[in-house]
Amino acid sequence: MIETDIIIIGAGPCGLFTVFEAGLLKLRCHLIDSLPIPGGQCSEIYPKKPIYDIPGYPSILAGELVDNLMKQIEPFKPGFTLGERVENVEKKEDNTFVVTTNKGTQHAAPVIAIAGGLGCFEPRKPPISNILDFEDRGIDYIIKDPEKFRNKNVVLSGGGDSALDWAIFLAEDLASNVSLVHRRNSFRGHPDSVDKVYKMAKENKINLITDAEVVGLNGNGSLNSIDIKHKSEGLINLNIDYWLPLFGLSPALGPIANWGLNVSKNSIEVDTLDYSTNVPGVFAIGDINTYKGKLKLILCGFHEATLMVQSAFKIIYPDKKLSFKYTTVMGEVKGF
Amino acid sequence: MDENIILIKIIDREDQTHEIEAPTDMNMNLMEICKAYDLPVKGTCGGMAMCASCHCYVESEHEIADASDDEEDMLDQAFFVENNSRLGCQVFMNVKLNGLVVRLAQEND
Repeated sequence: MIETDIIIIGAGPCGLFTVFEAGLLKLRCHLIDSLPIPGGQCSEIYPKKPIYDIPGYPSILAGELVDNLMKQIEPFKPGFTLGERVENVEKKEDNTFVVTTNKGTQHAAPVIAIAGGLGCFEPRKPPISNILDFEDRGIDYIIKDPEKFRNKNVVLSGGGDSALDWAIFLAEDLASNVSLVHRRNSFRGHPDSVDKVYKMAKENKINLITDAEVVGLNGNGSLNSIDIKHKSEGLINLNIDYWLPLFGLSPALGPIANWGLNVSKNSIEVDTLDYSTNVPGVFAIGDINTYKGKLKLILCGFHEATLMVQSAFKIIYPDKKLSFKYTTVMGEVKGF
Repeated sequence: MDENIILIKIIDREDQTHEIEAPTDMNMNLMEICKAYDLPVKGTCGGMAMCASCHCYVESEHEIADASDDEEDMLDQAFFVENNSRLGCQVFMNVKLNGLVVRLAQEND
């Protein structure tokens, strides 16, 4: 069991900065995020985009902001559970929370800060009505064990690097048959990968089906054929063993919706006094919360984190007095 | 009517048509207009052409600037993409778009 003062769910900019503000009050933090790297949207959606409204930075790339935040919180030695999604939150009799991830990792703390942004990043699933029937029965969104595709008839969909790279990998010496279905005849992946896919298509190692998309799934218990809608040729039916739709990740609120918190329009309602939720000890900060006048800005999330840790301190140390000090007065940031 | 206001029609996913007024002098895009009218458009990425949650179909014959590479790349990750598919966040309101008719695409997340 990982024990800490504040469990922060979500390692985006707001969750990261919470570590700093908590650290100033000598509170320890542990961050959990479903992505394998810290930074949330800043790392996953737009690392190379400049942000112009971070105070003191006329312009900073989202990825740089994350790097800087990681440096800023380093003295406070935060713990990380990355690549795991929080599934369950349980309140014990002594008022501590036990937070369990999908991989079974358990964390305990008297305070939880949900800084979950837009939710967990999950694979984008094509909206085909019976797609759930075939998940793990012929459809994989993430390739964990390429060996299972040996000597199989595999179709991939998507136009980015993961679709291209896996098509090349599987076609080289693993699957018996590899098709790549893409909506247009140009690809956004790395130019080397694109060239290689075209070359392998010429050599009949990859069956390239462009201007097309998968629209139907057929099978009894497991997937055995797909329907492809081609712009000029109409419907094509293909017998296959596996379909791998690789359309990137998108965020969804996920299990957070089931934790007994007041949720409105995919956001958690909070009291602006300290960004507390309706569950004592659970706070929600950053893009995931909502209140009158809410703006989803990183800078607002920083403010919310700062006020939140003051109340967190009172929960963790009900008998201690808290004196507020400017970092400039402290002379230096004293870590743990 | 105010010369900086155009009328556009948004057809939602229940096939309901919403005729709404859109300002052309505030640098607003279609995604932002839809959100301002509480139409069911998420605009997850805030308008950076990086999430495709504002995918829509342009059903009128209006001339709109071609999609950028970024927009095309993002449409690669959307579903049921047609020749008239666009990301709402990349369609900026201007007087030439008066009478624009747009249908919201099925949600993909």
